[in-house]
Amino acid sequence: MLMQTLEKQIPIWFFIGVVLLIYGVLILASGIYGVFYPPPVEHRVALWELHADIWWSILLIIVGLVYSIKYKPQH
Amino acid sequence: MNSHFFIASIGTETKRLLVLSPIDFVVIAIYFIIVLIIGWYLKKFATTGEDFFLAGRKMTAWVAGLSFISANLSSLETMGWSAMAYQYGMLGAHAYFIGAIPAILFLAVVMMPFYYISKTHSVPGYLKLRYGEGARCIAGFTFSFMTIMVSGASMFAMAKILNLLLGWNMDLSIWISSATVAVYVALGGLLSAVFNEVLQYFLIWAGSLLIPILGLIHAGGWNAMIEKIKANAPIIHPTVQNADFTSLWRNLGSFDSNPMGIDWFGMVFGLGVAVSFGYWCTDFLQVQRVIVAKDLRSAQNGTIIGAFLKMLVPLIVTIPGLLGLAVLLNPDGSPMVLVPESDPRAGITHRTYNDVLPLLMGQYLGPGLLGLGVTAMIAGFMSGMAGNVSAFATVWTYDVYKPLLVKNAPDHHYLNMGRWSSIIGVLLSIATAYALFLFSNILEYLQVLVFFFIVPLFGVVITGMLWKRATSSGGFWGFLIGILVSIAMWAYVHTFPDGYHPAPKVTILSEKSESSNNEKASLPVVSAEVVKNEKGFEKITKVVVEKGTVELLNIRPLTNGIIPGVLEGKGGKKLVQVLAPGVVNKSNGEVTGFGTEGIEVVLLPDVKIKMREESHKFAPAAFNPVHAKLIARSEKAKPMAINMYSGWWSLVITVLVTVLISLVTKPKPESELRNVVMGLTPLPDEAPCPWYQKPGFWAFVVAIVLIVVNIIFW
Repeated sequence: MLMQTLEKQIPIWFFIGVVLLIYGVLILASGIYGVFYPPPVEHRVALWELHADIWWSILLIIVGLVYSIKYKPQH
Repeated sequence: MNSHFFIASIGTETKRLLVLSPIDFVVIAIYFIIVLIIGWYLKKFATTGEDFFLAGRKMTAWVAGLSFISANLSSLETMGWSAMAYQYGMLGAHAYFIGAIPAILFLAVVMMPFYYISKTHSVPGYLKLRYGEGARCIAGFTFSFMTIMVSGASMFAMAKILNLLLGWNMDLSIWISSATVAVYVALGGLLSAVFNEVLQYFLIWAGSLLIPILGLIHAGGWNAMIEKIKANAPIIHPTVQNADFTSLWRNLGSFDSNPMGIDWFGMVFGLGVAVSFGYWCTDFLQVQRVIVAKDLRSAQNGTIIGAFLKMLVPLIVTIPGLLGLAVLLNPDGSPMVLVPESDPRAGITHRTYNDVLPLLMGQYLGPGLLGLGVTAMIAGFMSGMAGNVSAFATVWTYDVYKPLLVKNAPDHHYLNMGRWSSIIGVLLSIATAYALFLFSNILEYLQVLVFFFIVPLFGVVITGMLWKRATSSGGFWGFLIGILVSIAMWAYVHTFPDGYHPAPKVTILSEKSESSNNEKASLPVVSAEVVKNEKGFEKITKVVVEKGTVELLNIRPLTNGIIPGVLEGKGGKKLVQVLAPGVVNKSNGEVTGFGTEGIEVVLLPDVKIKMREESHKFAPAAFNPVHAKLIARSEKAKPMAINMYSGWWSLVITVLVTVLISLVTKPKPESELRNVVMGLTPLPDEAPCPWYQKPGFWAFVVAIVLIVVNIIFW
């Protein structure tokens, strides 16, 4: 009985994948908004011109997708 | 003497360090929702005591390893060790190399079989099997107390930091985070705590790794960063002018050639052997994460995975601290000087060492990313609390409640006790957090006291594990005397038979005058002589206070209103500290604040003077160099060195007492020592596995990587 319950447990990796995916999408949206509507120069972070939010969020989305697809709950 | 200052306009320092945008709040809110969903989801998997307290003993090696490291990677750890790297340079990385890896590998290869095969619920539980009820009770009570203190301290620190960084209400921070932790730990037990620790590990990397990447790009690469550190360190840390901030071992030949004030012996035997082995091999919070693996090989491999992950942490902790020395600049381009929390200028005119990581976050992370960074910080605090609360619930239920109060109840009774003790643990932590608001200086000594408990614990556990002759009396008295000696050493180095006199200090008080409602008109008025050096860096050489109130600490009455920059007193010459949180600069009428030391101060006749004399026989914030020499071999030893040496002597004394008492008392029969002592514990015959799954192979690989990294940064 216990073993059956254990086999159905959603792996932690799935939750991690979902969280990274959600964060990736949110930060990507924020980064793209920043490209089209740039903040005033005095409010920009250092190295703003590198658009770290965009490429970092793409990385988060890729990792999130890999984890959430590979470990999606099995029925 | 070189003295530096930083004139800040009033209000600059009270401004929030980080300003969040709406997207950042969304990122933070999602984290809270997800952890509650996970806790709720895991409730159905925690139906027995074994499920609740030991996560059903079914963790894979990767989950166990990630949880093992994550339980240690709290926000106090990341912020604290970034601050250490800012203060001590590259030496801060030793906490992740010699101060962790040998001990973790020892745990995996030597100690894990005993913990695992004995099927103990906890480290105090192992003490019961090996030495009997006496040693278990000391460990059970001290560990329960310690986890609550650490959990409360974590809560307190989180509330304070979120308030300082973001301006959040401290009560709200404490109650929302505690309620979330209480819900998910009470529902899912250790499983919930472990899930959230693994999640937190990913969030910390996702939220923190950009800082060293962008910082190194900003600094112009690794070599450029090192050059900048060499140029800036003498300005930022003027008291250790000749210290080398960029080496791991080259600067450990003597106590005064490195910023930590320690030598190689203290580093290797104090940190590398005593403190590190105590922390990693017998702190139950850590060990609990890996003894719940599904089999012995997973427990060992999980621990070794943890060692490898631990070696990566300097990337997001030590490098940001070093970057703080290189890329944090004032608006005029001069290096930003951060000061210790104990510095009179802290929080008034200067940011503190602990702010180095948040300052870099604010410098590099824009909307969304900043929310992720803050979420990682909150997640770190909360999983630290959850780890302590779940460990408290286990030790309280199995090592205090079950043996002493209700011995033979059914399993569901202990499961309910576990759930309730999780909630009570959180409530006690909240009470501790509020107590720390009243006695905040306790926090500074808490970590040291924790070391002083776990080092003797390691001494008795390892002696009992490797030597079958060790007796119950030997274990009990060795442990107790080890703790008492540790506390005695701590008290001794802080004792001053001739009295400790805090450094002389002039504080120009920004008191509101009774006769005026105009805030600016009521502030003290000063004029200052300022010179510029060749780099354009300004330095105050003299201050004249024309109006206002001045408090003089440990400064004798003046003859002509002049206070020299250096005073002769007991214990030699002392620089006079000068602090002005808010004054009006007479030359331009602007409101400014500054802190400096070693300059002449002139008080004009209209200035009101308040005199204060302070002398203490016992000063926990100061170290008596004469007493310190007896423990750490040199009067030049600094606090970190003294703590490491104390740890070493504590281990030596614990083992000696355990051995000596064992030799004159009756040992347990061998039949009672099966599965708990080396030589009497047959290793289980696990199925043969390929070489790449063998713990010994991976332990060897990690050890080689450790050696190579130490040679590269020698």
